[in-house]
Amino acid sequence: MTYSPRVVVLAGGLSHERDVSLRSGRRVAEALRLAQVEVTVHDVDADLMPMLAEVQPDVVWPILHGASGEDGSIRDVLGLLGINYVGTGPRASRVAWSKPVAKSVVARSGISTPDYVTLPQSLFRELGAQAVMNAVVSKLGLPLVVKPSRGGSALGVTLVQTPAELPHAMVTCFAYGEVALLERAVTGIELATSVIETADGCQALPSVEIVTEGPYDYDARYNPGRTEYFAPARLSDEQAAAVAQTAIDAHKALGLRHISRTDLILEADGTIQFLEVNVAPGMTETSLFPQAALAGGHTLPELYRSIVETADTH
Amino acid sequence: MRASEVRALFAVVNRPEVVSLAGGMPYLEGLPLDTIADTMQRVIATQGTTALQYGSGQGHQDLREQILDVMRLEGIDAHPDDVVVTTGSQQALDLVTRIFIDPGDVIVAEAPSYVGALGVFRSYQADIVHVPIDEDGLIPEALDETLTSLAAQGRRVKFLYTIPNFHNPAGVTLSLERRPRVLEIARRHGVLVVEDNPYGLLGFSSDPLPAMRSTDDEGVLYLGSFSKTFAPGFRVGWVVAPHAVREKLVLASESAILCPSNASQLAISAYLSTSDWKGQIKSFRELYRERRDAMVGALAEHLPDASWTVPDGGFYTWVKLPAGLDSKSMLPRAVTGRVAYVPGTAFFADGSGADHMRLSYCFPTPDRIREGVRRLAAVVNAERELVEIFGTSPAPDAMTDIETPGPDLL
Repeated sequence: MTYSPRVVVLAGGLSHERDVSLRSGRRVAEALRLAQVEVTVHDVDADLMPMLAEVQPDVVWPILHGASGEDGSIRDVLGLLGINYVGTGPRASRVAWSKPVAKSVVARSGISTPDYVTLPQSLFRELGAQAVMNAVVSKLGLPLVVKPSRGGSALGVTLVQTPAELPHAMVTCFAYGEVALLERAVTGIELATSVIETADGCQALPSVEIVTEGPYDYDARYNPGRTEYFAPARLSDEQAAAVAQTAIDAHKALGLRHISRTDLILEADGTIQFLEVNVAPGMTETSLFPQAALAGGHTLPELYRSIVETADTH
Repeated sequence: MRASEVRALFAVVNRPEVVSLAGGMPYLEGLPLDTIADTMQRVIATQGTTALQYGSGQGHQDLREQILDVMRLEGIDAHPDDVVVTTGSQQALDLVTRIFIDPGDVIVAEAPSYVGALGVFRSYQADIVHVPIDEDGLIPEALDETLTSLAAQGRRVKFLYTIPNFHNPAGVTLSLERRPRVLEIARRHGVLVVEDNPYGLLGFSSDPLPAMRSTDDEGVLYLGSFSKTFAPGFRVGWVVAPHAVREKLVLASESAILCPSNASQLAISAYLSTSDWKGQIKSFRELYRERRDAMVGALAEHLPDASWTVPDGGFYTWVKLPAGLDSKSMLPRAVTGRVAYVPGTAFFADGSGADHMRLSYCFPTPDRIREGVRRLAAVVNAERELVEIFGTSPAPDAMTDIETPGPDLL
């Protein structure tokens, strides 16, 4: 009898990125069904635990963006239940989920990442917002990027060009979370490099180059047509190899597993700057991971199935 | 924050943990579903070959006659031939706009106005000009000034779009005294009035006010709907129009959808002829009044620094936030706080309205409403602290996209 794993795809969740997660989950489930995998899509709610007990899946694939999906907590629960799952374990998820912590970990392994500072909202209240903002601007310079220290899809992210824009950006950011990451803005070729682990080992998929008019914000990410993608990216062989190696290095330095997507900037002088990493990369019709997979000559059903099989250690 | 981002944040509202004060869904648990099931069963059993067949583009004759009974409650005297049945009054809005609007024509609408109408107007490339309102609805003097000024600029104004009763989102009602004045001003400027009245029978304290159409059958296009007084799932609304316009509406509707659903029309027709539909509306009124009371009571208790309209019917209250707060940029915080509302910017074509939010009380129970407002107050207080720290709200949006939430939010 042919091996046919039973998979539960977790999608939805109660986060700002619920919509993206639902769309990603549906896409992955469709592809897996085409690969003869038995798939159930489920939200993270009070019915989940009884459902898992009943279905007894071979593998759970958490495609949850934001909050419990990426901070490791759902993965902790799956571990408690002894269920195999696709993706990074809880501790490494927690590290990757916090952008400043991830930056410091990859920096220790020799990867470049733009200078930054992490500041909670309470600090601005205690020390006076203007004084803190002045200090940040004089240390990091302008332009700089303000983003919530956790979270994806560019929600709450602002590119700040002048000091006058900074207070607005801080307010926008803190609506999403209590801690802000302020990072020196680097310019160059914007790249997303996905890493997968299958029976063939750990490999980087071709990088995807992102070209937008204006910021690569939420709207640009999820509305077809606002962004131009090049997959593979328009890089020389040496550049492509160096970028791929950086993504693999980051994947390993952070202890990630099965699947990740690293966002990078290739500067004009050849420096590769690490921005952030996603343990549950978007899988929607406009997302970067599926584009990279196709550019790498994979078909999505086969690739997703082989990722599931790698995760299934039964 | 772009439209798609706002829309994505609304993805959480169907989770039970979230109290949604955003939606405009009627409380259908208040309907006698068993009786309706019997009625629909009988429709298919006895009129199945009609119900499941194509029908008239103008709508089923029997239902159009019954619609006259419904409108008579608001003083409208019309002929069945004057009525065109549509797929919800939303389709009526679309047809009216399609017929009248060439790109660049002006539509005058209240400030704020129904988000679903703004979306339609925008899709036909109309230029929307807002006129201010107060607690008595549209301000006649402001309307006159706006129309005069537009005429002086050589702009072509095609119609005034107004929701006179229990306004969405503002919750206010155009006073009896102002109705003839608004009609007179529109007539003087040669501007049609599109009277959108889905909530008129859902008043809490008095008999329905006479519709504007009741005193003017040439200058007013009247839009009605069963969505709020019965059930939106049938998608049955209607438009009453002067003869010349009506013919065009029927042709436009036929080219769009051939005919409205016969099954829905016959189901509603059977419901109207066999059920105590007036009694049902009365019970809805009582239910929504209790929820309105819960809403304004909770606002007074938890958000004393805000101000709000106290609607005398309908589904919504319009809340003005404490100074400096921006309802759109506060939305992610509200999602984290497990409560949802619609930012005021949705109801303006020009990007304004960030200092307001629309709260609906139609769907959640009174206890959930109180809990939602309590959560909302915590969100407002946290946002206010942030604004105080930085001395600013977020950068005003250059974008003037109309954020159209999903249909369950309209």
